[in-house]
Amino acid sequence: MRLAAFEDAFAASLLESGPQSGPLAALVAQPGFAVYRNTVMKGCIDALQANYPVVNRLVGEEWFRAAAAVYARARLPARASLLDYGADFAEFLAAFAPAAELPYLPGVARLDRFWSEAHAARDEEPVRGSALAQLQREALGGTVMRPHASARWAWFAELPAYTLWRRNREAADEAPAAAAAIDWRGEGALVLRPRARVEHLELDAAGCAFLDACAAGRDLAAAALEALAREPSADLARLMQRLLEAGAFGAMTTPGQEDGYREGAR
Amino acid sequence: MAAGLSAGLGLKPPHFEQALAAPADGIWFEVHPENYMLEGGPRLAWLETIRGRHPLSLHGVAASLAADAAPDAAHVAQLAALVRRFQPALVSEHLAWSSWAGAYRPDLLPFPRSREALLRVADNVARLQDALRRPIAIENPSHYLRIDEHEYDEIDFLAELVARTGCALLLDVNNVFVSARNLGASAEAYLDAFPAAPVAEIHLAGHSPDPALGERLLVDSHDAPVAPQVWALYERLIARIGPRPTLIERDDNLPAFDALLAERARADAVLRGPRRKAA
Repeated sequence: MRLAAFEDAFAASLLESGPQSGPLAALVAQPGFAVYRNTVMKGCIDALQANYPVVNRLVGEEWFRAAAAVYARARLPARASLLDYGADFAEFLAAFAPAAELPYLPGVARLDRFWSEAHAARDEEPVRGSALAQLQREALGGTVMRPHASARWAWFAELPAYTLWRRNREAADEAPAAAAAIDWRGEGALVLRPRARVEHLELDAAGCAFLDACAAGRDLAAAALEALAREPSADLARLMQRLLEAGAFGAMTTPGQEDGYREGAR
Repeated sequence: MAAGLSAGLGLKPPHFEQALAAPADGIWFEVHPENYMLEGGPRLAWLETIRGRHPLSLHGVAASLAADAAPDAAHVAQLAALVRRFQPALVSEHLAWSSWAGAYRPDLLPFPRSREALLRVADNVARLQDALRRPIAIENPSHYLRIDEHEYDEIDFLAELVARTGCALLLDVNNVFVSARNLGASAEAYLDAFPAAPVAEIHLAGHSPDPALGERLLVDSHDAPVAPQVWALYERLIARIGPRPTLIERDDNLPAFDALLAERARADAVLRGPRRKAA
């Protein structure tokens, strides 16, 4: 048998169970074939469990591994670096019938994914607040702030996904925080790694809209309008201060510098 | 090649701090480069710190050299970047495949050792060595299946790869033991016939009986201490070929760092021991 034909048939048999017909029927019938099936599935499931620790904690290991097996059979890793595996696990959970009674689970999965992405993101010195303070007042509105390379944020309408995630992420040794004890309202979150450690903070709807506009390359005046359109009572000065203190920006371009970002505070 | 390395340890994130503090008495550390294919962050910074203190080995598990396709260009580029950055003492990969038809399977899969496969694997090894600008060592995998279509036995296949590409070999003694047991062959005969000169590194690891089949099928699980039979094979091998950089490989069911250091010290003693003949 040609090598490619062997590998096609072997790969297909790995994801099946039980005996097979076809060119590798005799090989698949050997007891040792199960070692490959088990190792491939275990590798995928272990990777998902490592990449989604809070989801695992909320649903329990048995439920998690059963769900991860369904996911893995449908979507093997595309890349060899398993730290990146399961990028769309949140979308999978949103459509996964057994998870229908856990509406917060996809949001929690997104936050686990944000943590992984922030952890592995390109290193970048964040823009310091002092860099902005040095600007002429009239230059501020035309300034473009690019979110930090590690920054990930989302607004979760009607779901306290961030509080659930944060409590279970931080208190890994305690009993899972009960969903019932949590104020049931919409929340947003910003997860980022300005330096060595992944950090996170609550971000309201206006803050999320503001960062969305910044990420789209809009200037601060336009981003402020987006934030106010989302939440007319938003305190933009306080928002900007929180974002700068968190290290949420990686570069800033002031008017007249359109030839490229001025990398902040290097 | 990699002169001066004695016994080393596989390094996992829970042991970073202790590895950093380990006395620099010739100990070295091996990691899977796939776990460091990241744009940035603390994990790469940790590895940089370790590398500043100890020699490093990059042991790839996913280049898929036995797939009937050229290695993935992005994967090769990421591996080359790690080699440039960390200047490892050793770089190795497996005689196996894992990526095929756009998907990666986290395992080391077997194939019929045909002439077609030899040409393909030799070409892939050469491509990877060209990209890395250095020779790599190719490891003998563990076997669980009897494949009737082999045209080469494994040692001849590996020797052909050495002759065609100038690659080195990584001899995993536990894999030899597990494969011999599973396929009903002699581990001693395999080790005695293994070409000595190209061996750049040796692996020692633990195995487990298959949960369903027990001792009839051993699994190369890397989740247990090195077995007594594997230590005996190792001593026999070193007595024949002389000392080579030797790794205690542990990937699962991690024990305390001291337990790994004790296994590493045992390998180190074999490498330095009176029973071995001059290299």
